[in-house]
Amino acid sequence: MCSYILEKIRLFGSAKGGDAWRRVDTAHVYFDHPFDAPLDHALSIDFLNEAAGARERVAVELSAESARALAHAILAAVERGEKEHGELPATIAPEGMFHY
Amino acid sequence: MSYLGMVTKIVSFDAHGGARGQAYYAEPATSQKVGGVVLIHHMPGWDDWTQEAARKLAHHGFACIAPHLYCRELPGSPDDCSARARAKGGVSDDQVMGDVEGAMAFLRAQGVSNGKVAVMGFCSGGRQAYLAGCRLEGLDAVVDCWGGNVVVDDPADLTPERPVAPIDLTKNLTAPLIGIFGNEDKRPSPDQVNRTEQVLKDLGKTYEFHRFDGVGHGFFASERPAYKPEQATEGWKRVYAFLDTHIGPRAKAE
Repeated sequence: MCSYILEKIRLFGSAKGGDAWRRVDTAHVYFDHPFDAPLDHALSIDFLNEAAGARERVAVELSAESARALAHAILAAVERGEKEHGELPATIAPEGMFHY
Repeated sequence: MSYLGMVTKIVSFDAHGGARGQAYYAEPATSQKVGGVVLIHHMPGWDDWTQEAARKLAHHGFACIAPHLYCRELPGSPDDCSARARAKGGVSDDQVMGDVEGAMAFLRAQGVSNGKVAVMGFCSGGRQAYLAGCRLEGLDAVVDCWGGNVVVDDPADLTPERPVAPIDLTKNLTAPLIGIFGNEDKRPSPDQVNRTEQVLKDLGKTYEFHRFDGVGHGFFASERPAYKPEQATEGWKRVYAFLDTHIGPRAKAE
């Protein structure tokens, strides 16, 4: 069914949509029927810049399996990177994750 | 035997709170007077499927208005408006009811209108259609397609925006109601559908429930894996027949 599930995290980085890079400070992660992907349900992520009003977003809609694989790949790549480069300086506000 | 033509356009209407609503409107190209349907989109928003369903209803002889429930998030594409509305926790029941009322008035003001109006919704829109049937005056029929949270078992699902379980307002329902459900759906589950039916029966309401085997949630949605042509085709036929009875007669090709 339609869901109102939404996880919101603060982050630091940039995202590219079209030709332009933009700073992002927030991600909304949710699970519902997608808008575009031909799936019954999808894990969606919107990368936003709340400091700039959060009007624009870079978005993905992924199958649940794809989302899990992506999450594992992100963790694996970060862990390998930290092994090679040592502990990295914190560049994210400490609020962490909160729920609606 | 021929087919009905149709006219479609983006329209504005008087929405909740004095806002100018935006909607997709489709009506059969006919000299006959027809009933109208307010079509409520699901949580992901005012998407292609919603417009397709509006055209389907017009093709089968009814006028249809599909309000953009997230139009207050304009400017932007429908999907971006959905994302902004979702980030705010979705729209409130009060706002949706106001928008549906405005859309009903729009339908009745059209030259093609026979004065009868139904409300129809899918998924979260099915819940809102049921709620409209219980809260709004002037509806002639209600179409609930697999509305989740009509029955609320987890109190955490009640929020300031959506503070009631529509089932608890059933005594106020005056229009006939049709329910379309998949027996493999989890929300609403077959048990929740049974409990809804029991309340309708106990209160002596005019209703018909159609449960389909072999399908789960959203089986009309032809662009998604849940689509099941046999059950969807039969389900649509039941909807057209119900609307023909309660807001018809539907227009026929001339």
